[in-house]
Amino acid sequence: MDLVSTLALLAKGLVVLLIFLAAPLIFVLAERKILGRIQSRRGPNRVGPLGLFQTVADGIKLGTKEDIIPPAADRVVFWVAPLFMVIPAIAAWSVIPFGPMVEIGRETGLWITNLNVGILFVLALGSLNTYGPVMSGWSSNSKYAHFGALRSGAQIISYELTLGLAVLAVVVYAGSFSLIDIVESQRHMWLVAPQFLGFLIFIVSGVAETNRAPFDLPEAETEIVAGYFVEYTGIRFAMFFIAEYANMFLMSMLVTVLYLGGWNGFTIPGLEGVSGVVWTMAKALTLMFGYFWLRATLPRLRYDQLMSFCWKILLPLGVLNLLVASVLRMVWS
Amino acid sequence: MIEDITFVYMAVIAVLAALATVLVRSPVRSALSLVVVVFHVAGLFAVMDAMFLAVIQVMVYAGAIIVLFLFTIMLLDLRHEAGEPYLHKNQLWLGIPLAILLLVEAGWIALNTEPLAEAARGAYDAAAIAELGGTGQALAEVLFNEYLLPFEIAGVLLLASSVGALLLARRPDEDKLPDAPDPVDDVTGPDDERAEGGAAIWPTR
Amino acid sequence: MADSLNAYLYVGAILFALGMLGVLVRRSLIVVLLSMELMLQGVNLTMGAFGVFNEDMGGYMLTLASLTIAASESVVGLAILVVVSRKARELYTDRMDGMKW
Repeated sequence: MDLVSTLALLAKGLVVLLIFLAAPLIFVLAERKILGRIQSRRGPNRVGPLGLFQTVADGIKLGTKEDIIPPAADRVVFWVAPLFMVIPAIAAWSVIPFGPMVEIGRETGLWITNLNVGILFVLALGSLNTYGPVMSGWSSNSKYAHFGALRSGAQIISYELTLGLAVLAVVVYAGSFSLIDIVESQRHMWLVAPQFLGFLIFIVSGVAETNRAPFDLPEAETEIVAGYFVEYTGIRFAMFFIAEYANMFLMSMLVTVLYLGGWNGFTIPGLEGVSGVVWTMAKALTLMFGYFWLRATLPRLRYDQLMSFCWKILLPLGVLNLLVASVLRMVWS
Repeated sequence: MIEDITFVYMAVIAVLAALATVLVRSPVRSALSLVVVVFHVAGLFAVMDAMFLAVIQVMVYAGAIIVLFLFTIMLLDLRHEAGEPYLHKNQLWLGIPLAILLLVEAGWIALNTEPLAEAARGAYDAAAIAELGGTGQALAEVLFNEYLLPFEIAGVLLLASSVGALLLARRPDEDKLPDAPDPVDDVTGPDDERAEGGAAIWPTR
Repeated sequence: MADSLNAYLYVGAILFALGMLGVLVRRSLIVVLLSMELMLQGVNLTMGAFGVFNEDMGGYMLTLASLTIAASESVVGLAILVVVSRKARELYTDRMDGMKW
């Protein structure tokens, strides 16, 4: 690897890191504004023009607060748990494609690396999302945190399965594990058309994986205060938030890449790179809006409903979907 | 060069974390050290350019098996009790020499094993795998042609073990309807019995 | 080092030996199960290394098979552990002597 490509790799990594850090700032504000509008109020509007600096102020507040470790906590595990939330969330971005191959001095793709097992890599990191909640909940030594951790663990393990099944059907269609190849294969038809059932399964499991409403039982404020991270304060608490919003955005990007054709769309000739990134971001941000909309609209499920929905409805549907996809693929090729 | 450094890092951390898994008192920390081992063994696979194995390793071990362990530890609230010794004192004198013996023996074999001669190797060298599109595709090629029967047997094994686990962990009286509650005796409610094995995380139907 | 088979095999051997040590000397049942997973890690590394260096997919296949077995083994093992913990609140291997005679 020569110097230029190393530098290019570093630059790409830096851009993705910046997106990762800036995303929660923007999305928290956007969520509060949108929730406010849906509930016919204004949302935050005091700090800065139109309340734009609200999350910055919140961030400063969290950063300067005291970092409390409960005396009964397991100190090492308590300390490591937030890192286990953040690191998988950030590592998964290394295989997400933002745009097509472009010409910036030399041919380069708008992604960090094209791993030939890319989607499996994302799923593997997604399966690590269980550790953060379980470790933080256990080490806090508090009953609410314990309940939150048990719920979160069971929920993420269950919905990971249906997520994987939906992805497998996509892999059957695209014939590759590489996310770039998957996008390329949707040049003529977005996969949402032949895979509509898989798309629905993926979206439902994705919302459940990220612990968002209506599947936000692990952090249900009204039942168990805030679930697994009740005992956390200051910057560690902020890390849970960063990880949650980064995971939501990651899930939106995954839906875009797997089902909505990624960077495919109408392109202005000569500007493939720019319009590709615009398309990807537009699709992902629309999906993020869907997340906020869901939260404002739907009430929380009951725990047994959540579990039986996953195991008795989504899982059989996922298997059926995979079976149909395989048969269709056999017939077509 | 950079591969050698990566290899040494992965190997050293894997071995140290393995030591921690064996020697740390608290079961949770032991399980978490095992997660570190899994990651670094996956790293070793990645150094060998076997990305598929690395990813599958993380997915199955770290993502499923050890999570299950942690979940069980939490559910049963297993902690190391202060007064209890955590090692078999009288098995140490047998265990340590045996482990050293095994290490010397297996290590001697390991240090004296050479890869097969070029002619005797299989058909899947790096070039052939790259032509198929990666280890995933190469593995699929073999899995669904040569090793189809073992693959099916593995499926049956998984089914059998999950049925077995359900059967084992089920309480014998689980599917019986609870008796009509005694209005005097039933102060605590039927949920308490369920909670004894751990915490009642979901409401009973 | 990274391109010699022996180095990987040796790391595998160390992991296996350490796992066996854990099985032999630890009292807590759950750590014994964890040590068995550690032994399987060593085995996996060995088989994966053989698969790569002998350019044979059989090594990969064996690794996958061992993953399957590890999953089934830990599921059944943990189920047994849960059952035992209902009978006796202690999960120390040397106290579980109820079936000795």
